[in-house]
Amino acid sequence: MSILVQPDSKVLVQGITGSFGGRHAQLSLDYGTQIVAGVTPGTGGQIFEHAGRRVPVFDTVAQAAQETGASVSAVFVPPAFAADAILEGVGAGLELVVAITEGIPVNDMVRVRRAMEGKKTRLIGPNCPGIVTPGEGKDSHGGCRIGIAPGYIHKRGGIGVVSRSGTLTYEAVWQLTTRGVGQSTCVGIGGDPVNGTSHLDVIKLFMADPETKAIIMIGEIGGSAEEEAAAWIARHGTKPVAGFIAGATAPPGRRMGHAGAIVSGGKGTAEAKMAAFREAGIGVAATPSEMADTLLKML
Amino acid sequence: MNLHEFQAKQLLKRHGVAVPAGQPCTSSAEVADAAQAIFGTGHGLAVVKAQIHAGGRGKGVFKDGFKGGVRLAKSADEVCTLAGSMLGNVLVTKQTGAEGRRVNTLLVAAAETIRKEYYLAVLLDRACGRPLIMASTEGGMDIEEVASRTPEKIIREHIDPAVGLQPYNARNVASALGFKGELFSQACKLIAAVYRTWWECDCTLVEINPLCVVQSGDGEAVMAVDAKISLDDNALFRHADLLAMRDLNEESPLEIEASRFNLNYIKLDGSIACLVNGAGLAMATMDIIQHYGGSPANFLDVGGGASKEQVSAAFKIILSDPHVKAIFVNIFGGIMDCNVIATGIVAAVKETGLKLPLVVRLEGNNVTAGRQTLAESGVSIIAGDSMADAAQKAVRAALT
Repeated sequence: MSILVQPDSKVLVQGITGSFGGRHAQLSLDYGTQIVAGVTPGTGGQIFEHAGRRVPVFDTVAQAAQETGASVSAVFVPPAFAADAILEGVGAGLELVVAITEGIPVNDMVRVRRAMEGKKTRLIGPNCPGIVTPGEGKDSHGGCRIGIAPGYIHKRGGIGVVSRSGTLTYEAVWQLTTRGVGQSTCVGIGGDPVNGTSHLDVIKLFMADPETKAIIMIGEIGGSAEEEAAAWIARHGTKPVAGFIAGATAPPGRRMGHAGAIVSGGKGTAEAKMAAFREAGIGVAATPSEMADTLLKML
Repeated sequence: MNLHEFQAKQLLKRHGVAVPAGQPCTSSAEVADAAQAIFGTGHGLAVVKAQIHAGGRGKGVFKDGFKGGVRLAKSADEVCTLAGSMLGNVLVTKQTGAEGRRVNTLLVAAAETIRKEYYLAVLLDRACGRPLIMASTEGGMDIEEVASRTPEKIIREHIDPAVGLQPYNARNVASALGFKGELFSQACKLIAAVYRTWWECDCTLVEINPLCVVQSGDGEAVMAVDAKISLDDNALFRHADLLAMRDLNEESPLEIEASRFNLNYIKLDGSIACLVNGAGLAMATMDIIQHYGGSPANFLDVGGGASKEQVSAAFKIILSDPHVKAIFVNIFGGIMDCNVIATGIVAAVKETGLKLPLVVRLEGNNVTAGRQTLAESGVSIIAGDSMADAAQKAVRAALT
């Protein structure tokens, strides 16, 4: 098993006719992912064609889900329309919505998160690289790739990876793969201050997943999500966890690229997060170059 | 994006928050008019406040030795004299750094007779994803200090975003602050109006410190005597009026130039310039430089799909920082073709006539071709095998 998505998960892409959504829909198809539908309001009836694959495009998510059996969505729509697109997926009763879009107004996400309370749909992101459950084929082909991560860097195996940052996730995954160690699922939860799924939510899923043997958790400055995950791991963790926190050198009060990466009022520092990791028995990588080695030493 | 105090007060007033009468002024003529308006309406005291995006103005010192970016005046003439010392002068506070900030605008306002000070703020509680009203009877103080020393004095009221602020939320806060009678009603109205400003203008922070009970005729009134507002950059696309309040004088020229090329650049004090793709990796690159004993000159995220033009613009920007002694390019090209990036780097080096040591660590898609392009380019590039190796080489290069 893996978490959240499997190689046979049926995926629809919201914003498939845009250049960003279209490009990554193609890359997912190349990776062997079951992209079964696209949604762009006003273009229903078109066909998205790539390398001999024909993906039907619908006007609404509800229609796409009903006709194709898709249960997972990847959201690539522009920031101004992203909250609506996410809630459309929730309204259609999808299991999982993965919002890649960067730059969604914070208050839109405050409303979205409130509206999702008590709903069965899980949201990953926004402002995230997405999810990859690697496949068994060459360069992990045949897996489920939702979002913008490079598929070929992965390898099927037993390490779960969860991170707020895209390129740091790739870095960790590549370190594992080049050492011959594979991944169960890699989840980018996104760099925004309000998101759908936290580090802790993903950690719980990894702890319960029989295929996942150990976990890499990558955090960054801002908020307290890493501390909350660490506190839970200290009490309930059953598998080795190693981690890295980015932003030890970031000046306070400045947003470091990600909207959520800011030290404000002395809160959310890398120092405090690393201390929480150590206290919980989580291996802390001294540099981002040592994320995989730190975990492998614990096994 | 941050607003000036006078802009924050204008927004708050528009949403129904009582603020002291006052005018922003950029010239001595405007100062004279504003002073006349205050002393002509029976006020006996005015305050002249330097408008810069930094705290600690009151205790700040101007570069020519003039003390205080916030000063009281007993007459219109005194207002004009004080304003003359501040306008166009550079104010240094504990938050500006040694270079200080040039004061281009003053807020000339009526100085109220303050009976009691409070703290009031609206912000996002990231832990639960909901708006939070924070208040305290310890007004005028540094709220972080109050929170750490006497946490019981901080009042917290969460707002349900499904229905917005309800009148009872405001009553809970006003009551906990100890307001009674007529002032209780005024405080409730003001709290609701501050929340409305926060929500409708897509603020990340509205802070009223101090919120004051002031003397008003024979009675008392509740008023926002100082105000700070930060806006959500992601939401500015739907607030043209707020975007027009942006003051480029308050931003670093290099950061403004970077934003023109969609580059995320933040200037720091160190000697090793970084050029990285992705915000998390960019932060981590700064960290690894420090880990090996160097100091980063900047944060620079060229984004996921950096073009040749962006790489070239990024080089020009980091090279205009005179403190830079070495450059560290750290790219994990997941989807991006490393060879395209390598070509961009070589072109930028040739175009800028780079003389400083350049360390490049390239990993990912089509990396072999990318490394070959760098090696055969004829330009002097120090190749890093891994992030750690490259960081150590950059640190050594910056020292020699």
